[in-house]
Amino acid sequence: MNKFTHRKTIISGIIIGVFGICIVQLFNLQVIDESYKLSAINNAQRTETQYPARGLIYDRNQELLVYNQAAYDLMIIPRQVKVFDTLELISILGISKETLEKNIHKCKHYSNFKASILISQITDSKYARLQEKLYKYPGFFMQTRTLRKYNVAHSADVFGYIGEVSPAQIERDSNYALGDYIGINGLEKSYETVLRGTKGKRILLVDNYNRVKGSYHNGDYDVPAIVGGNITTTLDIKLQEYAYQLMRNKKGGIVAIEPSTGEILLKVSSPGYDPQLLVGLERGMNYRKLQADENTPLFDRTVMASYPPGSTFKTIQALIGLQEGVITPESRFECHGGYFFNGLRMGCHNHASPLDLKASIQHSCNPYYVNVWRRILENSKYPNVREAYGNWRKYVMSFGLGQKICPDFRNELSGSIPSQEYYDKVHKTKNWHWMYIMSLSIGQGELLITPLQIANIAACIANRGYYMTPHIVRPSEQVSNYVEKHIVPIDRKNFEIVIDGMQMAAGGGTARSASIDSIIVCGKTGTVQNPHGADHSVFMAFAPKENPKIAIAVYVENGIWGATYAAPIAGLIMEKYLTGKISPRKKDLEQRMMNANLLPVSKQLKNAENEENIGD
Amino acid sequence: MNRQSNLLKNIDWVSIFLYTLLIFMGWLNIYAAVYDDTHSNILDMTQKYGKQLLWIGASFLIGFLILLTDSKFFTAFSFVIYGLMICLLAAVLVFGREVNGARSWFELGGIRIQPAEFAKFATALAVANVMSRHGFKIMRFSSLLQLGILLFIPAALIILQNDTGSALVYSSFILVMYREGLHGSILLLCFVTVALFILTLLYSPFTVLLIIILASLIAFWYYRQGKGEWYKVLLFMTGCFFLSWGICWVLQGSVSLYQLLLYTYMLTCLIGVYFIYKRKMKRIMFVLLASWLCIGATVSVSYAFDRLQPHQKDRINNLLGIETDLTGAGYNVNQSKIAIGSGGFLGKGYLQGTQTKFNFVPEQSTDFIFCTVGEEWGFVGTTFVMALFLIFILRLIYLSERQRSDFSRIYGYAVASILFFHVAINVGMTIGIAPVIGIPLPFFSYGGSSLWAFTILIFIFLRLDANRLQVFN
Repeated sequence: MNKFTHRKTIISGIIIGVFGICIVQLFNLQVIDESYKLSAINNAQRTETQYPARGLIYDRNQELLVYNQAAYDLMIIPRQVKVFDTLELISILGISKETLEKNIHKCKHYSNFKASILISQITDSKYARLQEKLYKYPGFFMQTRTLRKYNVAHSADVFGYIGEVSPAQIERDSNYALGDYIGINGLEKSYETVLRGTKGKRILLVDNYNRVKGSYHNGDYDVPAIVGGNITTTLDIKLQEYAYQLMRNKKGGIVAIEPSTGEILLKVSSPGYDPQLLVGLERGMNYRKLQADENTPLFDRTVMASYPPGSTFKTIQALIGLQEGVITPESRFECHGGYFFNGLRMGCHNHASPLDLKASIQHSCNPYYVNVWRRILENSKYPNVREAYGNWRKYVMSFGLGQKICPDFRNELSGSIPSQEYYDKVHKTKNWHWMYIMSLSIGQGELLITPLQIANIAACIANRGYYMTPHIVRPSEQVSNYVEKHIVPIDRKNFEIVIDGMQMAAGGGTARSASIDSIIVCGKTGTVQNPHGADHSVFMAFAPKENPKIAIAVYVENGIWGATYAAPIAGLIMEKYLTGKISPRKKDLEQRMMNANLLPVSKQLKNAENEENIGD
Repeated sequence: MNRQSNLLKNIDWVSIFLYTLLIFMGWLNIYAAVYDDTHSNILDMTQKYGKQLLWIGASFLIGFLILLTDSKFFTAFSFVIYGLMICLLAAVLVFGREVNGARSWFELGGIRIQPAEFAKFATALAVANVMSRHGFKIMRFSSLLQLGILLFIPAALIILQNDTGSALVYSSFILVMYREGLHGSILLLCFVTVALFILTLLYSPFTVLLIIILASLIAFWYYRQGKGEWYKVLLFMTGCFFLSWGICWVLQGSVSLYQLLLYTYMLTCLIGVYFIYKRKMKRIMFVLLASWLCIGATVSVSYAFDRLQPHQKDRINNLLGIETDLTGAGYNVNQSKIAIGSGGFLGKGYLQGTQTKFNFVPEQSTDFIFCTVGEEWGFVGTTFVMALFLIFILRLIYLSERQRSDFSRIYGYAVASILFFHVAINVGMTIGIAPVIGIPLPFFSYGGSSLWAFTILIFIFLRLDANRLQVFN
């Protein structure tokens, strides 16, 4: 026999050893190490998010305002892409070869294996053509997304817009994932939780090319998406549209409230813009354009603009004076074209003198209210002016001023009713003289009030002593009701007196131009001194006098007198709302208002251009 | 008739049984690997499993024909067959069809033939012929040269076809040569070189150093057992350990585990040399020297590797399957480990595998067929298959040893070695412990060439074995 026979043992040993090592490693992989089992699940299962359709937005008459439109993203998994007909693809998509190549490169850079968006938001018609041809393009597929679509070309400030969620938001809220949409502004933001719905999921079995091979366990573990809740706003969209027409080429804000409920009927910030501009591919570019616009269309003039209230504030002064007992309806004060004191002069209009309270409202007499102011502040009930001011401030605040009153608007500003401490600081003493703050008497000076708050004052007066929380969304199953009644601590009889004055103003006083045939309008004009240019025109009103249906505030920047623009516009809107039409007598006025152009001349051209872009 | 009954009596039915069992298990796994609901008929000839059944039928025919052939044919014509195969290997370079970057296929009417697969049995025959000749002395240079040329020609031609994996199979002949008298140190040297190279690239320098030191300690224990020096050495090393710790702290104020281990071993050796010299422990001296050579080799391998160009590094990493980019080069191995690992102890059940069914593992019906076994049959299944292969290989060694003719024995060892190399490397690469060189798993991987080549390889040996009693050497 061979002398190396014993080597069969060594060779067998080596072979057994190597097989042993393999079996040890197999034991390690298959029995000990759990991580490979998890990887397998991740490998072969793909959890697809089912995006719910976002809730719809209606107006108070169930008119559909905001809805969804399907849009399609062309997705690509670079690893699966084979040589394809570039020419056909770019002709269908209508893009250049360079763009396509650049985007493909970008996707490859992101991941060769994961799907990423090659071209987003493809239109319906392109989608139809592409879908037919898609079989020729391995590695490409379509993903459906919904975009917002609007039935109106205005009121963007109410609706707001949606955009992709930011990484910081994802961190805060686990409901969101990369690429999800979230409300960024307006109702889209404040009612995000209602509108967004609940995402569902589908578990799919996929192969190595991410091709779907079927659903996991026949879909037993799938969770369907729940469609977002709809929202019914309190807006009257026809009125809204009419108001935008009246406000054409004017800057300013209009808010109208139904006094008995606090429902906001109208919210107009002019100039506005088409909400459709902030949807889709052009969004970024359009946004930058709007941002650069000198007339600041992105600035919501109804809740973010704080102006001094001007003479409209006299109504509140009169109410507080009456309630405090420092004046009576019969109190009369002299006025000879103004108020003169220590060389100070506060001008007034031409009117008979002396006037009583109601007439002072009718004619908006300045010296009258300086006297009322003096009596309020020098009231012997209080140890000093400071204390009296504090008490007065409480009354003012009870009208909803100096605070945010409508939670529906996340961008709302509180305005300002200065505190005692503020004046302590300014005048460096707690022992102030009433003259220091004289301009407050007629609604000028440090007072800052938003158009929404002015409308709320009108609602308060119309209700004779209370206001309902202003709101723009009707409570429903999904929308909780936060509306409360806020009582103003002033007697009803005092309101009746002031209301009579407001009726006189609209009937034959400063606010004549707001009058409506057959309906009694109560209003108060105001003019806000503007150090930067022409004064702002303000008007506050409600109608009808008994059982009021609408309370309104109109601000027209650079509108000069309250009576010139703000009052006629308010009158037209109220007439339209209450009677559904404009009387022939006022057709001329209507035309004049619509055609008036108060934008600075240099900016008019640009605005015209914008309007063209917006289109209807 | 006498001859027929002799054949039936003398043939090794155990091998035939193992061969048949493995082939049918392979077929079922190919069915599982490419299974989808639309083509569920296992006999569907448009699918791989249907075709594989054809190849299997053809294999049985081939095996049967070989058993009918006179065994003298293989001894007498071994060189002719070898020459013919070399011609085919050369021809495929010119007329061959390129598949997956390798020009190693002949296409004949829709059937693709890979000559490299068949070159294995031809080379085995030629090697057996040369080595069994009178006057062949393996430790003689001229003999080794002959053998070297015999192995080098097919290997080189296959490398030219860009199929390095199949060429590496010829290194398995080292086992045959060892059995026939090659000095054990050469086998050890080959083994150590390969092991060191892979260890260095796969593991940290610290781990490799630890392995080398442990190996030398084991060698020490082996050579000096029963001499009662064992605990002294350990005590001695502990002393050196603390000493080198101290030195490290004094010299640099900090100490890494690698340095500590290296210095400890260095000190131990330096001081130990004195005793070794005094007591004339030649073998221990050899062990020390070898261990330091190994340490030097690992350091230089990693030094050289660090200086390679990135793409060169990638290629080597790729070869070893340790590429960290799991979506790129290391994808195959990682996916294959996931598939096998997800099988667990008992497996997911036949046709229930998600990893292999949905094509996560590339080449899953060919080179990575073992994943299907792992995923669907679990650890029980993989162990069973490995055990079958092991029994088969050991059976072949047993059969080889009972041969009277040198030719048959050498050929038998070649068959066992080739089978061993294929199984070990193929399974090893699917579980991430061997480099990914695409060679098929015998009887399991899809493909006619591989199946027929192994059938021929094994049945020639079974034919020789059946004839063993008539040979008088």
